[in-house]
Amino acid sequence: MSINQASYAPDFEQSLAGLGVDVTYTTPSAFSETLGSVVEGQTIGVPLPFDSVSQPEWVDTDVTPAKLNAATTSVTPASLGIADYGSVVLDSTADGAEQSSLFVDVHIPVLSATDIVRSMSDAIDRIGPKLRAGGSAIIATGPSATADMGALVKGAHGPKDVHVVVLTEQTDGERTEQTDGGNQ
Amino acid sequence: MSNAREEKAAKIRHLLETEGTAVEENTRGFNNGRYESVGKLSDYEGLKNQARSIKEDAIEQLPTLIDELTQTVESNGGSVYIAEDAADANQHIRSIAADCEAERLVKSKSMTSEELEVNDALKKDGVDVVETDLGEWVLQLADEAPSHIVAPAIHKSRSEIANLFNSMFEPDESLETAEELTMFAREELGSLIEDADVGMTGANFITADSGSLMLVTSEGNARKSAVVPDTHIAVAGVEKIVPTVEDLTPFIELIGRSGTGQDITSYISLLTPPVDSPTVDFADPDTAFTERDDDRSFHLVLIDNGRMAMREDDELRETLYCIRCSACANSCANFQSVGGHAFGGETYSGGIATGWEAGVHGYDSAAEFNDLCTGCSRCVNQCPVNIDIPWINTVVRDRLNNGQPTGQFDWLYDTLVPDEEDGGLDLQKRLFGNYETLAKLGSATAPVSNWIGALRPVRSVLERVAGVDSRRELPQFKRNTLHDWFDARGGCRILASHADREVVLYPDVYTNYVAVDRGKSAIRVLEALDVHVTVPAVPESGRAPLSQGMVDTASDRASGVFAALAEPLDAGRDVVVIEPSDLAMFTREYEKLLPKASYERLNENSYDVLEYVYGCLENGADPSVLRTREMAVAYHSHCQQRTLGRAVYTTAVLERLGYDVRESDVECCGMAGSFGYKREYYELSMDVGDRLKEQFTDADTRERTVVASGTSCGEQLDSLLERQSIHPLELIDPIVKKQ
Repeated sequence: MSINQASYAPDFEQSLAGLGVDVTYTTPSAFSETLGSVVEGQTIGVPLPFDSVSQPEWVDTDVTPAKLNAATTSVTPASLGIADYGSVVLDSTADGAEQSSLFVDVHIPVLSATDIVRSMSDAIDRIGPKLRAGGSAIIATGPSATADMGALVKGAHGPKDVHVVVLTEQTDGERTEQTDGGNQ
Repeated sequence: MSNAREEKAAKIRHLLETEGTAVEENTRGFNNGRYESVGKLSDYEGLKNQARSIKEDAIEQLPTLIDELTQTVESNGGSVYIAEDAADANQHIRSIAADCEAERLVKSKSMTSEELEVNDALKKDGVDVVETDLGEWVLQLADEAPSHIVAPAIHKSRSEIANLFNSMFEPDESLETAEELTMFAREELGSLIEDADVGMTGANFITADSGSLMLVTSEGNARKSAVVPDTHIAVAGVEKIVPTVEDLTPFIELIGRSGTGQDITSYISLLTPPVDSPTVDFADPDTAFTERDDDRSFHLVLIDNGRMAMREDDELRETLYCIRCSACANSCANFQSVGGHAFGGETYSGGIATGWEAGVHGYDSAAEFNDLCTGCSRCVNQCPVNIDIPWINTVVRDRLNNGQPTGQFDWLYDTLVPDEEDGGLDLQKRLFGNYETLAKLGSATAPVSNWIGALRPVRSVLERVAGVDSRRELPQFKRNTLHDWFDARGGCRILASHADREVVLYPDVYTNYVAVDRGKSAIRVLEALDVHVTVPAVPESGRAPLSQGMVDTASDRASGVFAALAEPLDAGRDVVVIEPSDLAMFTREYEKLLPKASYERLNENSYDVLEYVYGCLENGADPSVLRTREMAVAYHSHCQQRTLGRAVYTTAVLERLGYDVRESDVECCGMAGSFGYKREYYELSMDVGDRLKEQFTDADTRERTVVASGTSCGEQLDSLLERQSIHPLELIDPIVKKQ
């Protein structure tokens, strides 16, 4: 992890706090336990692209439409975090990561701290080549929301809650640092 | 004529009563949110300029971009169809639906699809079209049209929506809260999306280099509509294309802020269809995503429908830069009162809608609401792509006056002939457009003209024939004009040879013939600051005819003004202007009306009178030569003065002289020149004014002296409040007036 990138984590966390989104930091060795503490109900997900961690066995990665409708929580990877906005970038993949992130009540994007960039412009610079190669991505900021029914309501068509899990590097003594950035 | 006015007044009155409250609450919320959100940007102006330049370039090279995009989408595996008009687009979309034997099509919100009226076209083929945006769904159920381009159902209150759902669906427990209504809609729409055969989206932007759609949403319905079914149709105007993915950045940063005042919406979808992700086939619920082998199809329908002609039109072209954020609607005082059901045409609403409607549906549609733009210019600084929206409204008004899109006209009248109604220019417009002639005549015959003007039969005729509302007090013309007074006192008391500075005080029509006192104050204030003042004969600025859409007349006036001021400018004199709407002509609109060099010379040397006073004080003038005192004032600056960024000087000067200033923050007083005098708009004007009244009658302001910079603002304030307003110059005039 370069020093520059690491320095965006506090800004990212502050932006998420402004959105009412919790963020939890975890090391690879504590990942499974951390995840267990933030999921709710039946949990689905897609395989994570990080070398250091993989989905715990209790996350069902064999997602079908039926499971999509039945699950409460999903755990999917985020390819980028955007510090200025508290956004995560969700790549659209053949295993249905985007779909899994959308239908559930609680979405848990897992992000490597090294993938947090400062600005929207930095993010788009990374997304551009992917789109030109035929890829798709969602810049997701907080939960789904609508004000169409006379007041702001979270969870219009998509998740009502988002909880970001940030993977940091292993530290001596396997210290697990947990920080709640939310304002509940 | 007068019947049409009565009908218009009745429609506006009805909307004020039925939808006004909900529209006002929502639009003002968006508007305040925008100010707050853009305030957090470190380089807002830089982003706007960047966005503007991307759009300018994209429209310039549009034919090339269309070709490039077509190739990209086709090589990605999608199809592209360029539809000449709505009928052509609908026919193509129907054939796609027929090919895949679609029974249900789910849609995310798209104004372009509203423009096409594609829902009706598909319904004829028996396709069940479902709007999945919650607001759009409410309107579909209620069979109503959007009242706002971004938040389509803002005119409906929560309780109206609850009544609608409860009566249509008869749920076991009746729905009441926003949460209950939202969850109910989510369930209903969720199951409708599950069975959908085709998903239709619009596109906020399309990138030619990758063939990606950018969709700006918060609910998540666009994401579902695009990826659940295996067939995706996207409809978008050709103007939505930008060259590269990287070009999207400033728009992502600006669009949510400019619209609903959110820094960013929940989802910015960047989809490159046909997408690689699996369809969600609920008819096959147990096959895992990883085992699917979907054959997705994607159809991009690019709509011309008048846009390529707009691109060739020097005045309407800017409309194509519009990103449909709704900032112009939310910052518009009239829109805040009536919403898009009055301030809108067949499809589009808000300030920029005039350009869209004229371009895609024609001038008749634009004519329905074009007059609701008063030219106050508050939207100008709010537009993320710097479109001069009032100018587009003026040009369209001009073309409507002419009865043809590109005609020229020459309305130059030496005298008014109010009985000649010849099917040409509307008499009301002609009356207000020729205000200078009227003022000269009124002044020359004052006070008789004022007596006549006050007679009930005269007002009745004025109302019936020219649509001048008889509830308004007419300006009282002064027999002794500012020129007369200035000449009689022997001109300026400060000799040019002894003066620190020399200025030309622009004698605007109102100051010269009606509000002569503020003109006298201006001269005394400037003299106190050792400024040599001249008051030459200069024609009306052209503001009055321009606001009626009489562009050629305004242009002619601009030439006259410049001719009269060229010599003083050459002699190094500054031009000082009392009336903000005239200063706005010199510094904004004249760019369109005068040769570049003339405009620049006048623009660089023109000052708001209080801005000039501020400059003198900053350069060492002694403030005690002016009338300093501890006094609490409630100050309403002028809309155009705020757009120009000059209102700050009045506040600064007043505070420096000891006044305690509380400023209004409404977008406009509602009078807006002649607007509030017009019979059909009187009630709207007063409704807009009520917001200002509220601010100036609260516990902190109700005892304060009311101060206004603009002529019409002062008149509006006088009709709204029990106390009279005065001009800031009269406050600081060193000669204490004997009351």
